[in-house]
Amino acid sequence: MSWMSTDVLLAITVGVLKAIVILLAAVLSGAFLTVIERRLLGLWQDRYGPNRVGIFGSGQLIADMIKIFFKEDWIPPFADRKLFVLAPAIAFASLLLSFLVIPITPGWGVADLNIGILFFFAMAGINVYAVLFGGYASANKYALIGAMRASAQTLSYEVFIGLSLMGVVAMTGSFNMRDIVNGQEGLWYIVPQFFGFLTFLIAGVAVTHRAPFDQPEAEQEIADGYHVEYSSMKFGMFFIGEYVGIVLVSALLTTLFMGGWHGPLLPPIVWFLLKTSFFVMLFVLARAALPRPRYDRVMQFGWKFCLPLTLINLLVTGVVVLLTA
Amino acid sequence: MEIAFYLAALVAIVATFRVITHTNAVHALLYLIISLMAVAVVFYSLGAPFAAALEVIVYAGAIMVLFVFVVMMLNLGSQTAHQERSWLAPRIWVGPSIMAALLLVVLVFSFWHGGGIGTISGEELSAKEVGTQMFGPYLLAVELAAMLLLAALIAASHIGRNDEPQLERDMNESVQRAPAGNDEGGQA
Repeated sequence: MSWMSTDVLLAITVGVLKAIVILLAAVLSGAFLTVIERRLLGLWQDRYGPNRVGIFGSGQLIADMIKIFFKEDWIPPFADRKLFVLAPAIAFASLLLSFLVIPITPGWGVADLNIGILFFFAMAGINVYAVLFGGYASANKYALIGAMRASAQTLSYEVFIGLSLMGVVAMTGSFNMRDIVNGQEGLWYIVPQFFGFLTFLIAGVAVTHRAPFDQPEAEQEIADGYHVEYSSMKFGMFFIGEYVGIVLVSALLTTLFMGGWHGPLLPPIVWFLLKTSFFVMLFVLARAALPRPRYDRVMQFGWKFCLPLTLINLLVTGVVVLLTA
Repeated sequence: MEIAFYLAALVAIVATFRVITHTNAVHALLYLIISLMAVAVVFYSLGAPFAAALEVIVYAGAIMVLFVFVVMMLNLGSQTAHQERSWLAPRIWVGPSIMAALLLVVLVFSFWHGGGIGTISGEELSAKEVGTQMFGPYLLAVELAAMLLLAALIAASHIGRNDEPQLERDMNESVQRAPAGNDEGGQA
């Protein structure tokens, strides 16, 4: 290893350690969110929520983990075993990998990719297979219907999740997330790209299958959809994967539209965490406040309202960028 | 970067081979997805990250989803696996394979002697450069592809059209149990 000087080795070690810290922070925030969400829902609905374990219910997560680990890890005999095991791994890993491109502070962030945003789109595309394979491998009618709904919904909303961000890309002139954050030094993109922000927010909720876009797992109609046959830690991975998705979309909204780490007085990391927590709470509030629309309405809303809106937004942004350039 | 290229190329070849030889259609599609992702890594190692990202987004993330979707709907059982197996009998594939292998030998030979092999520099081509090329010298091809896609889009939305008024359809739905996937599939 003569070609590796101590400086290079040190830089690699620090980089890897930072990446591990970010990974653990992402997973832990996803896991804690399962409890925080229930507490917040309780608060907004004028009840207590889980407050028995530990101080103010802070130990609830440990109790939940113990419970989920000791459940029987059951694979139905009629299931397609390989795909059944693979699906939760894809669900968890693909969203977690997207944290790779998010710049947290000027010094923190895993990778500084040129294709930045596109990497997130790619991972969101791979994420569809978790639901699709999970639904297919379960060999269960409810799971299959859930998987169908989820894949159709995700495909439709992915069409304009990409287009909604192209305005931001056009204004920055780069796919790189760091460039995008630096481009918001003076004015956050939420102001000039307000419609891009709205459509990305909606599509982000739809892609993570959160309420009110949780038709794929609607309890009342299809008994939890694609993960109805899953138990124990495999279900846990789907479950926590969903919360990791919430944190991811919140972090993306912060980075792309709310100026990332920029903000007065407080250090960058605090601003980033504050803004991300704000969007996470918005997700929870949406679940508490909004009823679930009918499935075909969701599809029509996506194709007939959001898609034209993003196209017009992109067109206007393009004209403005051309005129001011 | 050369190691990455050869590893990804190997994965792509093995995965594509398994696509052909696998008897379970959904598992074969899984291998095809892996093959496409391996091709994306090949692009990346050649210094084209933009093409790599598009390969995963468009092919692995959208087109293959529709493939899996359709195969899932067909609900193929063990009967199809049996049929697939009978199609993989040696007398069917030996002849074409020998001829294809001959072509491969010719190709490898010409590469070996023609000096067509360059080294992989790992130099990155940015998305901006790709865009400048697309809307510069290759503008006509881009516009033609756009027109073709528009025609396909109009045709698809025409085929997926629903003539019944909305209200009537809603009322009939509970009686006829019309498949819910119909109209979405057409629009998608």
